[in-house]
Amino acid sequence: MRRKLTVFAVIVVCYLLQTTLFQRLAFASIAPNLLIIVASAFGFMRGRKEGLFTGFFCGLILDIFSGSAPGIYALLYMYAGYINGFFRKRFYPEDIKLPLLLIAGSDLAVNLFIYFFMFLFRNRYNLNYYFLHLMLPELVYTMVVTIFLYVIVLKINQRLEAVEKRSAGKFV
Amino acid sequence: MKRKSKFVLPARYILMIMTGICIAGMLLGFTLNISGGPLNAVAGYIFIPMQRGINTVGTFLTGKAESLKNLADVMVENEQLRQQVDALTTELNTIKLEQYELDNLRELLELDQKYPSYEKVAANVIGRNGGNWFSSFTIDKGSEDGIEADMNVIAGSGLVGIVTDVGPNYARVSTIINDMNKVSGMVTSTSDNLVVSGSLENMNENMVIDFSDLSDGDDEVRVGDTVVTSYISDRYQQGILIGYVASLKMDSNNLTKSGTITPAVDFEHIEEVLVILNKKQTAED
Repeated sequence: MRRKLTVFAVIVVCYLLQTTLFQRLAFASIAPNLLIIVASAFGFMRGRKEGLFTGFFCGLILDIFSGSAPGIYALLYMYAGYINGFFRKRFYPEDIKLPLLLIAGSDLAVNLFIYFFMFLFRNRYNLNYYFLHLMLPELVYTMVVTIFLYVIVLKINQRLEAVEKRSAGKFV
Repeated sequence: MKRKSKFVLPARYILMIMTGICIAGMLLGFTLNISGGPLNAVAGYIFIPMQRGINTVGTFLTGKAESLKNLADVMVENEQLRQQVDALTTELNTIKLEQYELDNLRELLELDQKYPSYEKVAANVIGRNGGNWFSSFTIDKGSEDGIEADMNVIAGSGLVGIVTDVGPNYARVSTIINDMNKVSGMVTSTSDNLVVSGSLENMNENMVIDFSDLSDGDDEVRVGDTVVTSYISDRYQQGILIGYVASLKMDSNNLTKSGTITPAVDFEHIEEVLVILNKKQTAED
């Protein structure tokens, strides 16, 4: 319960920052994608199932407030969280290279799918342009933010795991 | 005897179930044109007060920082401005004459009477969403203030977009520069109809949006002509300023023209908008 509430709070805070603060700090009207950081971080830190649910709720909030097609973001972010879950065994908290790589991959993949489903189908063929002017800047900006946000999310998770271990120990 | 104390569903089955839920949501959203329903209300009560708060703090802080920084500059500026006042007074007299001329022209266009007669409600932009792909934002007024879906949103004198979704205390506005939006417009000089469609690529590159299907047989439409919303639109009120023709060229079919329009609204810096409470009357109503 404590974990669920904490994760929910993290998602809420990231969504709020993404839509308010980072819109003011946007470079060339490109804002970083904080929610994909949260979704994939909980995927590779906690495994497939938790990544799946975290991603689903991240996407659901985007769906509710951005609403092009309800469910599409939930679906994409859910798969991002789930697939990141496969890398749990290779994940070590001290090493920041793998998280950076995974988050970068997730961000790019989600954007490519959005392009594919919502732009290509409407005869917007200029992938080159969208890649250079939207996906790449977002990727770079998201990576910069990841370096800070990932550490915070990691600390929150370690704190939670420590608390869970303690309370589990009491009953044994 | 071995007994399972708790049945745990494997992750891949959960994934399948949730995928089904998402796809069902998408299909429902497309066919019935609903989104969220009660979820919208719940989410509205959780997020909107916080977004509003952050936004107020943000505006307050930028305001304070700027006022401190500017105090010294203001003294110098004051001197310069005094000199400018004299120069401008002279200019004003000239402009008054032009204003008189403009009023006459407006009367001719009959825009003047239509515009202010709409009932409007002012709202603040409290969050931009849709990621970097789509241009839409949330405003801090909702169904409690009389806002409904499909109401037109303007800022200053130009069209901003349309309300796509309403919660009790918020509404979502999809802008006309949004890549998925289309508005039917009209060139005021020739009364020719055209279709204005938002374009992410052109907006980012040249600050313009696309138009197409302009049938201008007499070759009369010029760059700089005013484009307003058309009377044939079933969602947009007639005669709201969209922008000015920035470029146009003949299509390959030699019948219609397409080109670009510079929007009348500065979409980068929208903070306050007006929602027109009158909805377009259609045959069904």
